[in-house]
Amino acid sequence: MTSSSLEPLLASREIVVFCGSGGVGKTTTAAAAALAAATELGGRVLVLTIDPARRLADALGLEAIGNVERRVPDEALRAVGLEPRGELFAAMLDTKASWDDLVLRHAPDEETAYRVLGNSLYQNITARFVQSHDYIAMERLYDLHTNGRYDLIVVDTPPTRNAIDFLEAPSRMAEFFGGRLLRWLTVPYRLTGRRGARMMNVASRPFYQLADRVLGSQLLQDIAEFFLNFQSMYDGFVARAEAVERLLHDRRTSFAVVTTLEGAPLREAELFVHELGKRHLPLGALVLNRVLPPYLTSAEGQRAATALAERPADVAKALVGVGDATFDDPERTARVLATAAATYRDYSVVATRERELRAELARVPDVLATVPALPDEVHDLAGLARIGRALLATP
Amino acid sequence: MTAPAGAGFLDRRLLFFSGKGGVGKSTVTAATALLAAERGRRVLLVEVDAKGNLTALFEQPPVGFQPREVYPGVFAMQMRTEDALREYLRLQLRVPVLARVGPLARVLDFVASAAPGVREILTVGKVCSEVRESQDGRADWDLVVVDAAATGHIVSQLDSPRAIQELVAVGPVRQQTEWMIELLSDPATTALHVVTTPEEMPVNETIGLVQRARTELTVPFGSVIVNRVLPEPFTRADEPVFDALLGGPARDVLDAEVGSGSGAVLEATRLAVSMRRSRATQLSRLRAVLDVPLVYLPYLFVRDHGLRVTRMVAEHLAAELGL
Repeated sequence: MTSSSLEPLLASREIVVFCGSGGVGKTTTAAAAALAAATELGGRVLVLTIDPARRLADALGLEAIGNVERRVPDEALRAVGLEPRGELFAAMLDTKASWDDLVLRHAPDEETAYRVLGNSLYQNITARFVQSHDYIAMERLYDLHTNGRYDLIVVDTPPTRNAIDFLEAPSRMAEFFGGRLLRWLTVPYRLTGRRGARMMNVASRPFYQLADRVLGSQLLQDIAEFFLNFQSMYDGFVARAEAVERLLHDRRTSFAVVTTLEGAPLREAELFVHELGKRHLPLGALVLNRVLPPYLTSAEGQRAATALAERPADVAKALVGVGDATFDDPERTARVLATAAATYRDYSVVATRERELRAELARVPDVLATVPALPDEVHDLAGLARIGRALLATP
Repeated sequence: MTAPAGAGFLDRRLLFFSGKGGVGKSTVTAATALLAAERGRRVLLVEVDAKGNLTALFEQPPVGFQPREVYPGVFAMQMRTEDALREYLRLQLRVPVLARVGPLARVLDFVASAAPGVREILTVGKVCSEVRESQDGRADWDLVVVDAAATGHIVSQLDSPRAIQELVAVGPVRQQTEWMIELLSDPATTALHVVTTPEEMPVNETIGLVQRARTELTVPFGSVIVNRVLPEPFTRADEPVFDALLGGPARDVLDAEVGSGSGAVLEATRLAVSMRRSRATQLSRLRAVLDVPLVYLPYLFVRDHGLRVTRMVAEHLAAELGL
């Protein structure tokens, strides 16, 4: 039996991860789910967002980027007619600060930590490159969960190249820091001692010969020195990455996949559902976002639009009898009626396509929630509350 | 540096398309390739994010690293960093055997797929080398069209040669980043286009990207392509009539004339009007903030997707660019 409410999910889990392809409204949906949980179900609820729209961030009271959790004031919730039963908190992910925290936590001493933080390679990797974001989002989630301050954490996921990237981030990170590559790169340095390493004569080894030719020995030395410093931490890093991985598999964690009823996002959502199954990760719900209203495909609507399109002049003449001066020009009225009929039919085509795509869904999870299309993008608490009601399937 | 839209649109050799997820970036990229092919160009269409959806826009099965013709004159390929790295080692550094030696091969695969930054440089490197090969007559692409990274990632992707250059002081990699940067910076050769929809988040990201591209990238900026622009249902003069239709007495007449579904028709139109209004606000923001060429593509109320839609988008693009 398929339910249309996220309520059991939000009430029973400690972590709900919202995922889906870019542009489907993941961030807004996650924030709305957290708001609904805090106002309707109670408890201490945190929404961890990655890159919210400015106005959404404002609505949640997140003025500046930073790894600080902020309470959304009850007055702000009451101002839009919500009576909070619990407490709502919001936090934004600061990639750079999270990486630095991680280094500071795992470094054996301050000197090593600051050498790593000051290393240009480290700065390049953490600030510039995409893959580091996927991991750090999961890492931050782990941190927030283990500190035990929240009953429920709702997580927005970073815009990945494809939705499964971040699922693999912890194991990839563990492999990166514990893997062969590091051992290969640092072999010649380990042989000559940990600090002040110099490139020894390893020209006979094809790998170094190649690496040296491609990258130059200076860079190779920078890399090796960076990784040597990192080596003192990598037991901590690997253990941590494995813990993050375990948390994703924990039964207290669940996933909600968000999609619109459009071809490409839906294909990606289905792929994601498939990947979750393959990894034995629980799919808690599928959320269909921005779904056009059902009246666009109703038989009466179709009939009315057809009639209006066929004889707008007759209807316009009938409207003169209403006694409203606005209808005094039947030609103008007929033009407006024909436009309305055409508009209905245009949107009806799209709504029909949505309905077909929905019918074709390969695997329907236990919870299938639908959020209606709203004319405006949502960035205030009132709008979030509206979406939240749709997610809980309450009027 | 701003390159004009319009006539010169297809005359460069390398076009990158970025945009926020969900705005139709791949469709616009595919439509550009189709349009160029229809105008007699031989086009290499590169899919960067391995989603494998791009060829569906031509109703063709997915392609791999080796280009395959998916439409007359359009050859599509999917970027695979492992393959790009192997090709690079083989062609540029002439190390055919090494890459196949057991543990080394594993390390290389790992470097290509997991080491931060490597994916970006290999992607841009492969694309640039296809353009250079064509300029030197060793490959025959008139145009390389790239369905590139989304707005959040495109700067690090296109800036990767410079990032690598900061790290590598000497050697062949250094030299290669030099010609890549030159090629990417040449306004006669390269342009970056950004696809958006007139909605708040995509517009925010577009404005942010245009500003970042100006300060952080040497790649010449082409245009902002505004996709899914909704039609204006009524003129300002006709709007009062629609408002009056929503009133009680008019509704009774409508129900009598066309049946109880008249409410659905009016409701749909009201939704369309308010959607159009909120998007018009975003269009004004784009126009007010950006001084780059804007290209408009209409929302298509169509049932299917695939080649027919790609062709429709290409036709609108041609009309809008005056091609």
